[in-house]
Amino acid sequence: MFNNFFHRMASPKHFYGLAGKLIPWLAVPCLLLTLAGLYYGLVKAPPDYQQGDSYRIMFIHVPAAWMSMFIYVVMAGAGAIGLIWRIKLAEVVAISSAPIGASFTFLALVTGSIWGKPMWGTWWVWDARLTSELILLFLYLGVIALHSAIDDKRTAARAVAILALVGVINIPIIHYSVEWWNTLHQGPTVTKFDKPSIHMSMLIPLLLMAVAFKLYYAFVVLMRARCEVLERECNSGWVQELAVKE
Amino acid sequence: MTSDSLTRAFALLLKRDLLLAMRHRAEMINPLLFFVLVTSLFPLGIGAEPALLRAVGPGVIWVAALLAALLSLEGIFRSDFEDGTLEQFLLSSHPVSVLVLAKVLAHWLITGLPLLLVSPLLGVLLGLPGDAIVILLVTLALGTPVLSLIGAIGVALTVGLRKGGMILSLLVLPLYIPLLIFAASAVDTAAAGFPVSAHLSLISALLVLALSLSPFATAAALRVSLS
Repeated sequence: MFNNFFHRMASPKHFYGLAGKLIPWLAVPCLLLTLAGLYYGLVKAPPDYQQGDSYRIMFIHVPAAWMSMFIYVVMAGAGAIGLIWRIKLAEVVAISSAPIGASFTFLALVTGSIWGKPMWGTWWVWDARLTSELILLFLYLGVIALHSAIDDKRTAARAVAILALVGVINIPIIHYSVEWWNTLHQGPTVTKFDKPSIHMSMLIPLLLMAVAFKLYYAFVVLMRARCEVLERECNSGWVQELAVKE
Repeated sequence: MTSDSLTRAFALLLKRDLLLAMRHRAEMINPLLFFVLVTSLFPLGIGAEPALLRAVGPGVIWVAALLAALLSLEGIFRSDFEDGTLEQFLLSSHPVSVLVLAKVLAHWLITGLPLLLVSPLLGVLLGLPGDAIVILLVTLALGTPVLSLIGAIGVALTVGLRKGGMILSLLVLPLYIPLLIFAASAVDTAAAGFPVSAHLSLISALLVLALSLSPFATAAALRVSLS
């Protein structure tokens, strides 16, 4: 019965229906949490004693940076499941995650850069975190480029899964090498101001935004996966029935 | 299948690839020329001031080595893919990862080793001190096999594509970054007169990691590309 449950879940037709029902249940809380998080973050939270109001971009920047790592791990995990158990749906989730992850990485870089201009006096610093985020963006772009270069969808998904797994082993290595590289070349000067332990009035909006971003990822990946499933299964009976109905 | 016949297959494959390379010497020399040429472009571009060259030298030589390796990577599997030899490897009863290792070793002997031999000359051209040149040699000896091993994964993923070259660089270069960082800073540190055993240990660790994992990833990628 357990097995049966998984087979039913992994069937594209069942997934398409279920995901369609789930999307509003994820999207509406996401919207509410975003509004609440933005209200508490931009209006309610007090200005920082050092940075004034410009720290508020953190409520977008930090959750985006968290998501950029999280989605890569999800992508690699889904890719591994697809490779090992040959579950098509896992492949679909893996490849649907890549553009979302790349967008979050880009968002984290851009917001970090906007924040850096008034704080550090420059748009870009070769700081360890910035650099590893940039490399993460390159890894995402590599995944997307490889996927779009291979015509056959299933081959592309398996190639992407292997690449994502190789990448996920390398991410910690890249991260620490960049960190050591930075400390080897120049001492921590601009980036290491004393971290004040974050106050509750700032922590709450941050967490609200983090959960909202997670929900955003969940419903967007379902939307993309539904689309991908339709494309892959366009010759099967249930998709054509669906097309006739609509 | 005995392990004896596996050793024999490994040796035969290595010998075949080396023989093929000897018959196409130009292909062997081109990456080497590229390496020397790119390195000698830098003094022309940024100025020939000795202090400046000494400061950027390690990084320049290592970046040039990465690019030269990238240029020669396609050769690992391309011709075997085109004439169908690769399919025969996958059909053979030997583990593909071991055959992959033989091909990567051949690739390193053909492209990595000459790079190593010519690099002291470039070190002298860029005015690196003697100690730093020795360390440069050590980092290249430990590092260029990593370039071939990681590169093989990328080539295996892109070998079936018509325009795999651009994508190959996008896939492989980010993975080369840790090696570049450790190797260039090892040479830098040596030039400043500090001990570099920590850097060399890290590069060796990268080599061991790549040696133990990348053949499996390459084999899996070849299976996908040929499916």
